[in-house]
Amino acid sequence: MSTMIVPVSRTRRFLTDSASMTRRGFLHWRRQPGQLVIGLVFPVMMLVMFTYFIGGGMAVEGGGDYSEFLVPGMLALAMAFGLESTMVALTEDINRGVLDRFRAMPIAPSAVLVGRSLLDMINSAAGLLVMLGAGWLIGWRWHGSLAEAAAAIGLLLLLRFAMLWVGIYLGLVAGRPEMVQAVQILIWPVAFLSSAITSPSTMPGWLAALADWNPMSATAGAVRELFANPGWPNDSWAADHTVALSVLWPLVLLAVFFPLALGRYHRLSV
Amino acid sequence: MPTHEESNDHPGEHRGAQPEEHAILVRDLRKTFGRGEGRKKALDGLDLTIPRGTVHGILGPNGAGKTTAVRVLTTLLRPDSGRAQVAGFDVTTRPDQVRYRIGLLGQHAALDEELSGRQNLELFGRLYHLGGRGAARRAGELLERFGLADTGSKAVRQYSGGMRRRLDLAASLIMQPEILFLDEPTTGLDPRGRTDVWQAVRSLVGGGTTVLLTTQYLEEADQLADRISVIDGGRRIAEGSADELKALVGADRIDVIVRDGERLAAAAAVVGSATGTGRPATDADRRLISAPVADRMAALAETVRALSAAGIDAEDIALRRPTLDEVFLHLTGHPQETAA
Repeated sequence: MSTMIVPVSRTRRFLTDSASMTRRGFLHWRRQPGQLVIGLVFPVMMLVMFTYFIGGGMAVEGGGDYSEFLVPGMLALAMAFGLESTMVALTEDINRGVLDRFRAMPIAPSAVLVGRSLLDMINSAAGLLVMLGAGWLIGWRWHGSLAEAAAAIGLLLLLRFAMLWVGIYLGLVAGRPEMVQAVQILIWPVAFLSSAITSPSTMPGWLAALADWNPMSATAGAVRELFANPGWPNDSWAADHTVALSVLWPLVLLAVFFPLALGRYHRLSV
Repeated sequence: MPTHEESNDHPGEHRGAQPEEHAILVRDLRKTFGRGEGRKKALDGLDLTIPRGTVHGILGPNGAGKTTAVRVLTTLLRPDSGRAQVAGFDVTTRPDQVRYRIGLLGQHAALDEELSGRQNLELFGRLYHLGGRGAARRAGELLERFGLADTGSKAVRQYSGGMRRRLDLAASLIMQPEILFLDEPTTGLDPRGRTDVWQAVRSLVGGGTTVLLTTQYLEEADQLADRISVIDGGRRIAEGSADELKALVGADRIDVIVRDGERLAAAAAVVGSATGTGRPATDADRRLISAPVADRMAALAETVRALSAAGIDAEDIALRRPTLDEVFLHLTGHPQETAA
């Protein structure tokens, strides 16, 4: 019996397989636009809630506008929370056996993960634009140069990319919906223990130190600096070097979780 | 009788250009999970030789290593040691060559629940590098063939169990695989769904596909498989056709059901002397006497004559081979478990 075997070069296979995987995600979006919209609107809702429900009681030291302080923080939070969706999608593929079907196919081994990361990055970039638009509507403005604004967006996407690989790793390790829930709950204190929403100087000393060093504080602080938005004065070393840390932190996370995730993926067959 | 084939086959690598005689060749395959106390030998020196174009059943209790064997042969799991060749290619060194030539139908439908049937098949077709147009054409053919052409854009999530299974089977046939692996393909299906799968398997084999089937249903192996390997504790403990395996348990049996339960003991004595077995097994609830026989036809004639001479009415007299259940019990010392 004849077998249809299509010879494909390694590079081409990697590209077409990753594209097929990304395309699969687009189909999901098209079939379930509601989920896509909820994903985009949720951070906007948080932004609106913090601005109008809580923001009235917040005063930025030095008289800055709270929404100008908040928007960069919310952008950083949205990037961090993105790891959830990455994790959930992978866990579902594992539990439904779809991942096994992919693995029993002659596809580039990395295509499953690369396709997923491409898709999530596109989603996050869209989410970022939506949030910037919403921020604009509630009065946030950037005061720096265009290049600085582009750098800020770059830093946010870099954080998202790092969190994506944390999500891929956790999704592969968790493999079960209960574990996903645990991470979904734990991410809240980790995300809020930062300068995203308020100044660490309002926290007890030891918590403040943790918050200062939180990767989200680094990105939020760096984005504030690049957008020339107000920040709380803070004399800690970490707060003085947010831009450097906002590059360093995601790179450290990537250096740890990228190999861990790939190793974990390969260990599926052990 | 069950055969244990010679262990020395065609060493070296096969390019797949010339047809390989064996679809699947497994030698001394070993796989251990866990470490220390929790160590479990899933495969403990498994041997299998499966010729092209046949249906081979793998029968064994839960934990016998059936699924582990399938996962190794479909490149999903790396063995600790031993050799496994599928379609002439080694599963650990040439996994992609194997992957182009196999189809896998696992215990649970491996589909994208959010997509439609057509979108699923097109996605998998693209991943087999058929290209967008090729994948679309193949998806259309398979949907037609499996009676799913009118499912439109309905998500697989809304499919019935039977539809899901058919789509899953269609997905595993995208590449017209040389070898199809069916891991407990009808577990959890209703009788109708089971018959559907059996029919599909039979028509595939008609087209030259080799099928490796693991099952917990003895009847399924009996119905579909040309040869059956019984495995237990990660190794093969017997192999042969269903008839050969049944012969392992011993002779054929004659079953007599008497009309009057009161006369069961008397009838048993008559059947015993007619068949020369002494005291045959009896089942009072079913008014059944069961005795092993050496010469089938002579025993049947003699039993009928002796019962009639003794004035005992029989409701039913039948010759039968032992069931695979009995084979299983005989070989493994424990009954086949029916739980999934």
